[in-house]
Amino acid sequence: MTLDSHSPELVARLSGMARQLRIDALNMIHRRGQGHPGGALSAAEVVAALYFHHLRLDPARPDWEARDRFILSKGHASAILYPALARRGYFPITELDTWGHLDGMLQGHPDRLKTPGVEMSTGCLGHGVSIGAGLCLAARLRGLDYRTYALVGDGECQAGVVWEGAMLAAKYRLANLTVILDSNEVQLDGRVDEIMPLEPLRRKWESFGWTATEVDGHDMRQVLDSLDGAAQNDRPSLIVAHTVKGKGVSFMEGKAEWHGKAPNADELARALAELNAGG
Amino acid sequence: MPTSWRGRWRSLTPVASREFTRKVFGEALAEYGAVDPKVIVLTADVSSSVLTTYFAERFPERFFNVGIAEAGMVDVAAGLALGGYVPFANTFAALLLRAAEQVRTCVAYARTNVKLVGSYAGLSDFKDGPTHHSIMDIAIMRAMPNLAVVSPADSTELKKLVPLVAQYPGPVYLRISRADMPVVFDARHNVQIGRGVTVRDGEDVTIIANGHLVSRSLEAADRLKAAGISARVVNIHTIKPLDRALVTKCAAETGAIVTAEEHSVVGGVGGAVVEVLAAGQPVPVEMVGLADTFAETALDHESLLDRYGMGVVDIVAAARRAVERKARR
Repeated sequence: MTLDSHSPELVARLSGMARQLRIDALNMIHRRGQGHPGGALSAAEVVAALYFHHLRLDPARPDWEARDRFILSKGHASAILYPALARRGYFPITELDTWGHLDGMLQGHPDRLKTPGVEMSTGCLGHGVSIGAGLCLAARLRGLDYRTYALVGDGECQAGVVWEGAMLAAKYRLANLTVILDSNEVQLDGRVDEIMPLEPLRRKWESFGWTATEVDGHDMRQVLDSLDGAAQNDRPSLIVAHTVKGKGVSFMEGKAEWHGKAPNADELARALAELNAGG
Repeated sequence: MPTSWRGRWRSLTPVASREFTRKVFGEALAEYGAVDPKVIVLTADVSSSVLTTYFAERFPERFFNVGIAEAGMVDVAAGLALGGYVPFANTFAALLLRAAEQVRTCVAYARTNVKLVGSYAGLSDFKDGPTHHSIMDIAIMRAMPNLAVVSPADSTELKKLVPLVAQYPGPVYLRISRADMPVVFDARHNVQIGRGVTVRDGEDVTIIANGHLVSRSLEAADRLKAAGISARVVNIHTIKPLDRALVTKCAAETGAIVTAEEHSVVGGVGGAVVEVLAAGQPVPVEMVGLADTFAETALDHESLLDRYGMGVVDIVAAARRAVERKARR
């Protein structure tokens, strides 16, 4: 696949889907009165690019063995994953209304046993890289050509087990693994560079033996190109997606307070107005 | 007792020999690796100690050494299980606790088909001291929904359990000793995960034991017999799912219970048994195990067990207390 092969129509369609997922996420979080808007909105373009273009999937066959695997390692961004799965056809969109309800199929954080399309139960941070590496080893052993993707938070890289997985993926040269870092620079308690600095983060991953690239995580063309590029590497790939926590809603952008807070009716209305006006 | 049992007791008399558990485990795993190509073995830099090297030599493509990275090992195993394999993730039982959250979230909660193997369990790594003793792993692992917990009594049982653990439909914690354990069972021994084994019949008290304490409980039963107390001995190799029917039946029939384990008395087999009996068949229960304390370094395993309350004399004393309490009721 050559790079820059993405048509303006595709880019526009996926950007529109990213906006739609943001609207879905905010509606869900408001309705439930719970959720994590900041880290959901920052991941919208990446999730839209993966689920509506890049991943090899068949929602009619969630267990198809040749499907690509996506692990939402930053499981608190479930509000952006669930609408993507619903709109991709894994379950009816009306299920979004019962997010977090008793007996519902959508848990607070993704649950692989309850929700079609969820590859792995996540929510406790740090696991996605190692689990992804395990899936990649399995693909290699079975001779399957699926790829595995993990979406990891930047703050999440403070967890030591992330680096255990990074070492392992490099040792076994797992070229079928792509980790996308949703680098929104903010975590629960504040700015990542104040809580526990991680920079130079890209160089850390490179020094662990990964191929790394950096993109604007809200520029759909750059996101698509980086996903294509990662598939060409002969080593595990890291895409640092520079993003803005709460992207698309001015009063949420870059604010740690919106890590895990639901908008009230007034805030939701203002947020949706901004998103709808944003084209 | 039914006559059909009599022959069985004879065949279950302890054999006067010992086998290195870890060697048996390494061989059994390598052997089963030839049967099931889906079996993967992961180690965190202890393969030379726990002898998964046997598997590694025969199936290098299915062997992964992750280095001193227990948490990552369990997560990678979860990924391999998601990818259709049956991974055995193996390290010292004491160090597997580093990955307790991985076990909870990615194995137990996500119900991935991972087989966790905790080697050098209990006090069997006597020489390395409390950092390497594992006296709370049963309590922690059996508190995990979806996770089966098994602890074989001897090498015969371990050999038979390796394929059963692999075939069990879900995650399992297999707890094995480093010790050269006395051989209790011969090759005819029938092992089923979830089914306790009555090793010796008796009427006055039941000693419910697992692991290394099974052979000691049989010795205790001999001494009790000489003192006029008829002790039944049950090997409860599966702590979860517990054989509730057998535990309840033993309580009903003998009216007194002793639990014996190479583990803290907090939350282990004793706790599991009491949880069942409190609900259905309350009888006097005495627990043999570490008295909620860390142990210390020793020159050998057996004297460490004796020192920390798991001697044959301790089992005998516990049985006497249980029988006395029963008589006072």
